[in-house]
Amino acid sequence: MNWSQVGPYTADNALLGLLPPLIGLVIALPLGVVCARFRWFYAPVLSLTTLIYAIPSLALFVVLIDYTGLSNETVIIPLALFSLCVLVPNVVDGLRAVPQPVRQAATAMGFGPMRRLVRVELPLAVPVIIAGLRIAVVSSISLASVGQLIGVSSLGYFIVDGFQRDFSEEIYVGIVLIIVLALVCDLLLVGTRRLATPWSRR
Amino acid sequence: MSFISFAWGWLKAPAQWHGPDDIPARILQQLGYSGLSLLIAALIALPLGIWIGHTGRGGVVVVNVANAWRAIPTLGLLVLMVTLIGFGVGAWLIPLVVLAVPPILVNAYEGVAGVDPDLKDAAKGMGMTDVQVIRKVELPVALPLIMLGLRTGAIFVVATATIAAYIGNGGLGLYILSGLSQSNYAEVAGGAVLVVLLALVVQVIFTVLRFLVVPAPLRIQARSDG
Repeated sequence: MNWSQVGPYTADNALLGLLPPLIGLVIALPLGVVCARFRWFYAPVLSLTTLIYAIPSLALFVVLIDYTGLSNETVIIPLALFSLCVLVPNVVDGLRAVPQPVRQAATAMGFGPMRRLVRVELPLAVPVIIAGLRIAVVSSISLASVGQLIGVSSLGYFIVDGFQRDFSEEIYVGIVLIIVLALVCDLLLVGTRRLATPWSRR
Repeated sequence: MSFISFAWGWLKAPAQWHGPDDIPARILQQLGYSGLSLLIAALIALPLGIWIGHTGRGGVVVVNVANAWRAIPTLGLLVLMVTLIGFGVGAWLIPLVVLAVPPILVNAYEGVAGVDPDLKDAAKGMGMTDVQVIRKVELPVALPLIMLGLRTGAIFVVATATIAAYIGNGGLGLYILSGLSQSNYAEVAGGAVLVVLLALVVQVIFTVLRFLVVPAPLRIQARSDG
């Protein structure tokens, strides 16, 4: 195998693993805020995201080829949709776990609903939201390798190539690189949580 | 919607519904792989998760290991198994079991560990043994989460059994992969639609199952997902 390919494929895989959860977060934040505010809205949203999650990745990639061709979007869109299944419940749970006295204190200090959400409730929900983001990122990095079956490049290349040439060392390299990439991104997220929640450090 | 019309055209062609390798046979194949993998995963993960939840020891390890576990690419594991042990039952069974263990384990652990300590105290105070506490108190209370874990595991496995076609064990994924390699778009679309429908049916079955086995007073807290 050609070691010079490791860099580009790792970069491709990192993009396919990190971008979808971030897109998912951009959708899940407003959706979660609305769901936490209006309880009746949460059940249907939850059913829908779980339903999407039940769709096999390969099937969804294939459906999208018709619209986006063999581009990165064909993998990024399904993975972003999958990430909603963990992100939306975590945003909602995180917001709901904010203690009522904290909300009341914020209101008493003259915070309006919007400022209270942005300055008090969302920061307090950060640990739970990042816990969801960790699951979404690790799963996306691992699932992105399936995109290789429809020809979207990722570290899955080494797995598929190793299989076609019956070269198990190359398959090991692919698997290990994917796991290492996932764990590095996971550590980065843990670091982000520590930076974003200075009050939880002792 | 060319995709839907392609899929529909392929699905209603009689060639797909006759012979030893028709659509019902492929669906049964896929369900067979998935059911067996889920059963083995449950036999490993449920006792372990319930025991760790009951003793309260090793909980942090379980949650963290399960999170790292998700990083294992199933496609890689499938392909690796073929090179190690050849095309056989183990080649698709082991990766699917590996995939289904974490959600079942974590939910069983969290369900049992989350039982109100006062409840356990009361049960012990009534003279129940350890086994009785698990069977009569912890299990029923943890059932919503246990069922959630089984459902998540089932969905993972049914969805991923599609990729298992890549190592040549049939199932519905074979339509997608052989269609892709022959540029037969109708077959790809038809296979994808079948896989999606099957995954949805499995999800509905588990939702109904959870409703049936979870005692009525506990159903409300079974709403949350994970």
